[in-house]
Amino acid sequence: MQDYQSSLSDPSSRKFETFSYLPPFTAEQTRKQIEYIVSKGWNPGIEHTEPENAGGHYWYMWKLPMFGETDVDAILKEVEACHTAHPKNHVRLLGFDNFAQSAGAAMVIYRGETV
Amino acid sequence: MAKTYDAGVKEYRETYWMPDYTPKETDILACFKVTPQDGVPREEVAAAVAAESSTGTWTTVWTDLLTDLDYYKGRAYAIEDVPGDDTCFYAFIAYPIDLFEEGSVVNIMTSLVGNVFGFKALRALRLEDIRFPIAYVMTCNGPPQGIQMERDILNKYGRPLLGCTIKPKLGLSAKNYGRACYEGLRGGLDFTKDDENVNSQPFMRWRARFDFVMEAIQKAEAETGERKGHYLNVTAPTSDEMMRRAEYAKEIGAPIIMHDYITGGWSANTQLAQWCQNNGMLLHIHRAMHAVLDRNPHHGIHFRVLTKILRLSGGDHLHSGTVVGKLEGDRDATLGWIDIMRDSYIKEDRSRGIFFDQDWGAMPGVLPVASGGIHVWHMPALVNIFGDDSVLQFGGGTLGHPWGNAAGAAANRVAVEACVEARNMGRELEKEGKEILTAAAKHNPELAAAMETWKEIKFEFDTVDKLDVSHK
Repeated sequence: MQDYQSSLSDPSSRKFETFSYLPPFTAEQTRKQIEYIVSKGWNPGIEHTEPENAGGHYWYMWKLPMFGETDVDAILKEVEACHTAHPKNHVRLLGFDNFAQSAGAAMVIYRGETV
Repeated sequence: MAKTYDAGVKEYRETYWMPDYTPKETDILACFKVTPQDGVPREEVAAAVAAESSTGTWTTVWTDLLTDLDYYKGRAYAIEDVPGDDTCFYAFIAYPIDLFEEGSVVNIMTSLVGNVFGFKALRALRLEDIRFPIAYVMTCNGPPQGIQMERDILNKYGRPLLGCTIKPKLGLSAKNYGRACYEGLRGGLDFTKDDENVNSQPFMRWRARFDFVMEAIQKAEAETGERKGHYLNVTAPTSDEMMRRAEYAKEIGAPIIMHDYITGGWSANTQLAQWCQNNGMLLHIHRAMHAVLDRNPHHGIHFRVLTKILRLSGGDHLHSGTVVGKLEGDRDATLGWIDIMRDSYIKEDRSRGIFFDQDWGAMPGVLPVASGGIHVWHMPALVNIFGDDSVLQFGGGTLGHPWGNAAGAAANRVAVEACVEARNMGRELEKEGKEILTAAAKHNPELAAAMETWKEIKFEFDTVDKLDVSHK
């Protein structure tokens, strides 16, 4: 039997919703998920936040959502640009589904240091 | 020309059998599966069903002539064979919309499944489907929040939600019960759930349960940084008491409450759903008693009808069956009523038991809940069958983990995320399920232990209520 490792005092217990219970994605895994967003016809959008402010609905938008963008490399480049500008922040990629009026996908690609 | 009064008993088909009638867009349409007594002609029985579920009684009365009965009557407009079963037939009946009070599933069902089900000329009767015209749908309140609002409230996107019904279903003290919730939530579940039997018994009164569970939610949220909920069951002996419990749930900040819509009653359910909409609460719906009504293939009410009733009355989650677990549910039929819960327009499709086109307009959808006898090995099939807009609920499959339910929850969460990742990459979940889970378990000992515990369990009894098409 194994103890379940999680506590208020251990910041590594904090999670990031979808895919955060898996090990961090490799570049290839991330690329596949972006391909999925593009294949669904969703609009990619990037958001970031200081780890201490991650709890709210609104993170900072990185520019505007990339409406109509289907080039996976272009999307990855923007994710990296956001990360370079805010290296300590969480950076997430969303796929906005304008018919459902909701995100069809959301994943944190760069995890900042949790608090 | 005015009619004259002619006392006595007339054959139903003279008035209620109208094979040339073209249903209006505003008519409420119903399909009944009718098993007549021997020797009664089909048209007469179909007409009798139309009469007894609308304006008719057994004899002519003088007051019939004070109104325009030809306008108000139900019309039996078609009869069809049931594939593979010559003991019964389908009767299609159209009802003018004025027969029913606006926004009242109670009123509609009182007519459609009222006296007529005890009618002597019938051996058995089953309400297979109802087409609610958009004109009627617009008079109903519907789900309090809907799928998209629920995702936004809870910040959960791109995957099914995960839940767990707390077991044992009866007998835990409030504090021990809250412990079981806390462990599941900190391990990675989105929700825990009151079992339907849990109301406010002597061993655990509702208010003590609400308080302890709320502490569990708050601590798990602080620990994981994710949003959590517990379906606080507010089903109560009276609707006043139900509302008192709902108000308290809101006061302590609970995001979601729960109601049993058949045993609790549709009037209470509609009241609660409207209150939830006005108070920013999500509403989980349990369906105790449904199998009494929907399991017999010849008599009762099909679950697709009960699904439509709930969407109109209001609820954000509804149990749908799992296809793969311990409870009854034919796969194609289940897919049919899952569409009825979630989609805005559903086409007639007899291969899935759907008899009518159904237009929901802008009415929000309901999340189907798969619950009952499922565990991590079912995850690939569940993600494939239900897709993202669903709640997958593992009770024994969380709490029965050998290391406890935080570990059980983590195992399920890792499994669901691994399946979603694989699906998005284009892998076939039901074919490659084992490899996908095995690879994920390499990084997660909780999942490995869960896979070891449950690998042999299967539920492979034959379905009692099959779709009629599969009888061929």
